[in-house]
Amino acid sequence: MFDGVSAAPALELKGVTKTYTVKQGLMGKRKPLTALRDVSLKLEQGEVLGLVGESGCGKSTLAKILLGLEAPTSGDVLVDGERLGQQDRLALARRIQPIFQDPYSSLNPRKSIADIISLPLRVHGIGDSASQQKAVREMLDVVGLPSRVMNTYPSQMSGGQRQRVAIARALIMKPEIVICDEPTSALDVSVQSQILNLLGELRAEFGLTYLFISHNLAVVEHLATRVAVMYLGRIVEEVNASDLFEASAHPYTQALLQSVLTPDPGLGVPDTHLGMAYPNPIDPPSGCAFHPRCAHATDLCSTRAPRPVQHRDGHVECHLIDPETPMFQED
Amino acid sequence: MANTTVDPLLEDITGPTPGQMLRRRVFGHQGLIIGAVVVAVLLVIALLAPVLAPHDPYVQNLAMRMKPPVFLGGTWEHPLGTDHLGRDYLSRLIYGARVSLLIGVVAATISGAIGTAMGVAAGYFGGRVDAVVTFLVNVRLAMPVVLVALAVVAILGGSLTVVIVVLGLLLWDRFAVVMRASTRQVRRREYVAAAQAIGASTPRILLTEIMPNVLNNLIVVVTLEMAHAILLEATLSFLGLGVQPPTPSWGLMVSEGKNMMLFEPWLVLIPGAVLFVLVLAINLMGDGLRDVTAPENRS
Ligand SMILES: Nc1ncnc2c1ncn2[C@@H]1O[C@H](COP(=O)(O)OP(=O)(O)OP(=O)(O)O)[C@@H](O)[C@H]1O
Ligand SMILES: [Mg+2]
Repeated sequence: MFDGVSAAPALELKGVTKTYTVKQGLMGKRKPLTALRDVSLKLEQGEVLGLVGESGCGKSTLAKILLGLEAPTSGDVLVDGERLGQQDRLALARRIQPIFQDPYSSLNPRKSIADIISLPLRVHGIGDSASQQKAVREMLDVVGLPSRVMNTYPSQMSGGQRQRVAIARALIMKPEIVICDEPTSALDVSVQSQILNLLGELRAEFGLTYLFISHNLAVVEHLATRVAVMYLGRIVEEVNASDLFEASAHPYTQALLQSVLTPDPGLGVPDTHLGMAYPNPIDPPSGCAFHPRCAHATDLCSTRAPRPVQHRDGHVECHLIDPETPMFQED
Repeated sequence: MANTTVDPLLEDITGPTPGQMLRRRVFGHQGLIIGAVVVAVLLVIALLAPVLAPHDPYVQNLAMRMKPPVFLGGTWEHPLGTDHLGRDYLSRLIYGARVSLLIGVVAATISGAIGTAMGVAAGYFGGRVDAVVTFLVNVRLAMPVVLVALAVVAILGGSLTVVIVVLGLLLWDRFAVVMRASTRQVRRREYVAAAQAIGASTPRILLTEIMPNVLNNLIVVVTLEMAHAILLEATLSFLGLGVQPPTPSWGLMVSEGKNMMLFEPWLVLIPGAVLFVLVLAINLMGDGLRDVTAPENRS
């Protein structure tokens, strides 16, 4: 008997590919842009999976697919082992909620704070308006806002306060999984850690499972139990957070770690010291997508894509790690 | 409850609500106030026409033809004189306000409903819906309004209803273009994605998340198209293919007076001037509304 231990992960992506069609220029041709390329990922009950990667690598696309806001071009999304799409839209909304990056864009400026936070209850028809007001007041307390903000509007609040409102809205239906898409990157440095601490406390209080997306390893490392590193639509490395510094193997992960160690805790994309710019996803490099920026790249890297290899408790996609790589044997 | 500390920045929540800020900006905007007051006065005059008009605008008195207005030596019996059929000019002017405002309001409502539905659908759903709407807008823009209206009125015959319906069916293009652009912009905001992730239905999202945030642009276009419709009615009536005599319409009054323009220029100048004032006031109001509502959407 597997009492209390659910066998299936809370959320799972199986071979998910997402291709957008983009038009270049006014009369330009339509070209496919593969934002996610055959991604498989598990989010276990109760864990905090950090997802890192540079801007444009497909993190938000992955979040949108998990939330059911976008349909994958191919592959499956499983919630507790059930395929997404068979599940009722509303049932899914009760279990998975997002917290977005920009609190200036995630709150409707025409609505009062009480209306914003109570929207999930009203959409799902939970309780009458008195009990909804009460629930809003409780959630405000949980996120550290006084109940007098109920009748104010987002434009009267600071970024950190707005993000607290967004968190209250996400948690008011007591979801199991929260998808945080760069929840602090639009905030002042001084407020970032407050919000991160709040998210950590709420996780313990409500027993939440997080997918925590960021372009900054330092932020992820703070909260995550596991870390997935994304590059150009692929998960190139998955590693336990405790192994991150000692045992991460992919050159890209190491470059990201390097950027964390440089003393610039800026808000922007961390400087990866990789020299070359991030490649155009419409026109990805051949072989290993990372090879043009990789210090260890060989001829093989530019011709053949690496396969995922088991490494510690995670996996890595890199010819350097793969024991069956011909190059590796020559050395 | 979580043991979270209250954000020290909370003391900052003392600023005005969006409603208060809007009120402040409205009353600080002179053009908007002047335009709105003039439009409101003309609206009241139009509504109270039977009470305010000193004479029946249809009654002819051939013995009293083309009496000049008081300021040109006329009598107070006909403060703005009489026209070529001896009808009281002031009374016709007052009843003419009804025609102009009715056409402006109803035509802008019809075209606003059509254009907003098309534009919001195109902006929200994108893809094929957008392609179809964009095509229809381009087709519509390729047709010269005045020529099409002239042709339709020539076939169906001119009447107030025909003019209103034709203008209503022709003037939706700007609504569609503006609503499409602003809906596309608002659709990208994260609060729309948040509402979707909550499981809100598409009609609910369109009504409560999208519409309130594109309403300011809609109001601006409504005023501009009202002015547009009023001018087009005057044009059509002037050309004899709009509102038909003896209905008092400002465009028709200009048209009827034009034969006498060299001898009695006030026959043309008076209706021309009120038309100008009404359109100017509506445009002032539209520009003012744009100024006053725009900053809210910027953060
Ligand atoms: N609706 C769309 N249509 C076309 N291309 C898209 C669309 N959404 C995303 N993309 C493209 O897909 C790629 C991945 O985008 P995504 O938003 O997932 O990146 P990200 O990792 O979240 O970046 P960031 O850190 O900037 O948020 C980008 O190249 C982006 O241009
Ligand atoms: Mg993103």
